[in-house]
Amino acid sequence: MRPTAPNWLKLLVPVKRTVDYAVKIRVGPKGVETKGVKHSMNPFDEIAVEEAVRLREKAKEAIDKITVVSIGPAKASEVLRTALAMGADDAIHIETKEDDVVEPLAVARALKAIVGQESPDLVIMGKQAIDDDSSQVGGMLAGMLGWPQANFASEVDLNTAAKSITVSREIDGGLETLKMSLPAIITTDLRLNQPRYASLPNIMKAKKKPLKKMKPEEVQADFTPRLETVDVKAPPPRKGGAKVESVDEVVAKLKEAGVL
Amino acid sequence: MFASLSRTAIPRTSTRAFSASARAQADVNAAVFLEDKGGELVPAAANAVTAAKKLGGKVTGILIGKDEASLEKAIAMSKKLGLDALLVRHAPALEHALAEPTAPVLAELVKKQGFTHLAGPHSALGKNIFPRVAGLLDVQQISDVMSIQDAETFTRPVYAGNAISTVRSQDAIKLFTARASTWEPAQPTESECSVDVAAAENVGPEQAQWVSEEIVKSERPDLASAPTVVSGGRGVKSKESFDSTIIPLADALGAAIGASRAAVDSGYAENSLQVGQTGKVIAPNLYVAVGISGAIQHLAGMKDSKTIVAINKDADAPIFQVADVGLVADLFEAVPELTKKIEEAKK
Repeated sequence: MRPTAPNWLKLLVPVKRTVDYAVKIRVGPKGVETKGVKHSMNPFDEIAVEEAVRLREKAKEAIDKITVVSIGPAKASEVLRTALAMGADDAIHIETKEDDVVEPLAVARALKAIVGQESPDLVIMGKQAIDDDSSQVGGMLAGMLGWPQANFASEVDLNTAAKSITVSREIDGGLETLKMSLPAIITTDLRLNQPRYASLPNIMKAKKKPLKKMKPEEVQADFTPRLETVDVKAPPPRKGGAKVESVDEVVAKLKEAGVL
Repeated sequence: MFASLSRTAIPRTSTRAFSASARAQADVNAAVFLEDKGGELVPAAANAVTAAKKLGGKVTGILIGKDEASLEKAIAMSKKLGLDALLVRHAPALEHALAEPTAPVLAELVKKQGFTHLAGPHSALGKNIFPRVAGLLDVQQISDVMSIQDAETFTRPVYAGNAISTVRSQDAIKLFTARASTWEPAQPTESECSVDVAAAENVGPEQAQWVSEEIVKSERPDLASAPTVVSGGRGVKSKESFDSTIIPLADALGAAIGASRAAVDSGYAENSLQVGQTGKVIAPNLYVAVGISGAIQHLAGMKDSKTIVAINKDADAPIFQVADVGLVADLFEAVPELTKKIEEAKK
C-alpha cells in the first residue's frame, strides 16, 4: 500500500566498476593492466548500496525508490546488476567507450545531470574508488548542487518524517556528528556496515529489473579530461625478506638502525 | 651503518628533477590552506607548505576560523613558516570548518587573489573540503600529491600505491592535496610574514549542523607524524592482549600506536588508528608490524617507512616481503621479550 505521497523519498547510489580489491595489479608499458583482470563493484560503493537498502528496510513506507547509477564501459552493467540483486530498484548506465578516461569532475557533472532527472532526496556513494583513490566525487557533486555533505560516514540515522539525517563521520583523531536536512549527500566509510551477498534468487530477479542505458551526450556533461597522464610506473620495489632468528637480533638491528 | 636496513626505502623528499621550474616560476601564485584543530596548526599543514613552495613561486597561507582570537596560536605558528603572506579569514559559521560554509570562502579567495594553485593537506579535513572547492571552481583536483615536477605536473599514487601516476593539469587553477608522509614539514623561521586579517567573504550557507565531536585523547605522539609506530593486527587476538603487548612496546619505543583494518574492525583499537589505503598513510623511521599479515591495503599505508620490522608466526606472510627485519615467532612470547630488551638497552 502506498502512503501519502509527500513522505516518499528517493535514494540515488552511484557505483563504480573497479579492479577487484584482492587483485595484485601489474604495471605495464601502458600503465596499469586492466584487461582480463577480475573486476567487481568498488567496495565502498557496496557499502553505499547496502546502506540504502538498510534505510529502506527500516522505513519501508517512506522510501519509494533506490536507483543505482554507473558511468563506465559496457561491463559496468554487471555491477549495476549486482546492486539490483542487493536490493536496488532500477539502474541507469551511462555507457562510455572502453578506453575513455572519465575523471571525477566528469563523473560529478554527469551525476548532477542525473540528479536533475531523478530528483533524489539523498545520494549515498563510496568515499573513494580503490583504483584512482581520488576521494573527490561526493564533495564535487555536493558543491555543484549546493547540497550539504557528510563524508566518511560510519553511522547514519535517517528521520524520514522530518526529512533530516544525522551522520557520524570519521575524522582524524575521532568522530564528528552532523545533522543535515535533505536533500543531502553522504559518502560511506568502511565501518558503516557489512554489505550483504546477493542470493541466487535475487540475482535472477535482478535480471528483470529495469536498467536504462544512456549515452554521455544525453547527460550533456563535458567529459573532456583535464589531466593528461604523462606516465604510470610501478613504485620502486622494496626488498624485504631479511629474517632474523631471535629477539636479540631484532634489538641488534634496531641499534644498528640508530633507533635505540 | 644501517644502509642495509634502509637501502630500498623511498626517500621522504622527492628526488625528481624540477626541470621546468624556470619557465613556470614567474607565473606561480600559490596559496596553501593551513588546517588547524582547536586553534593550533595540525602537523600536516607544514608538509603542505613545503609542497606549495616546491612550485617555485610566491606562497600565501590561508587560515580560516571563527574569529581572530581563536586563531591566535595558529597565526603565530603560520607566520613563521616561511610564507610570503598570510591571509586570515573569519566568520562565526567557520567554527568547525564544515565544508558548506568553508569551501566558498576558499573558492572566493582563489578567484579574487588570482591564485594559480591551491594546496592543502590530504587529511580527513582536506579530503572533505577540497573536492567541494573543486566542484565550485569547476576544476579537476589532484589528490594525495607525492611529488611535483613542475607547476603543472604532479605525481600521485593510484591502486593503493601499487602504481605511481604522473599527470599534467590543463586547468587554469591547480587544486591539490599533498601527501603528508612524502613532504618534509616546513621549518619555523626567525622572520615573520605579513598578516592580513579580515572577515571572510562569500561564506557558504550553514546547511549541515555540527552536533558533537568525540576525539580520542592521547598523550602519545600523533600517528601521522610520529617517527616510530608500533602497529597490531588480527594476530593480537583480543583488545586485552592488544593493550598488554602493543602498548608496552610502543611505550618502550616512545612510539605512536597503529592498527590494521582487522584489528580496528575487531575493536582492538580505535578507527582513527587504522593504517592503510583507507586509513592513514604514514612513513615513520621505524614501523613495527605485530601480528599483521600485510594485505595490499595495509602495505599502501606504511611501505614508505624507512625501516620495517615484522613479527609474525606465519613465515609466508606477505609482510615479510617488505620487512627489513623479520622475526618468525609467536608474538605473545616475542613482543614482551622485545619490550624488556629495548628497555634494558635504553638504560
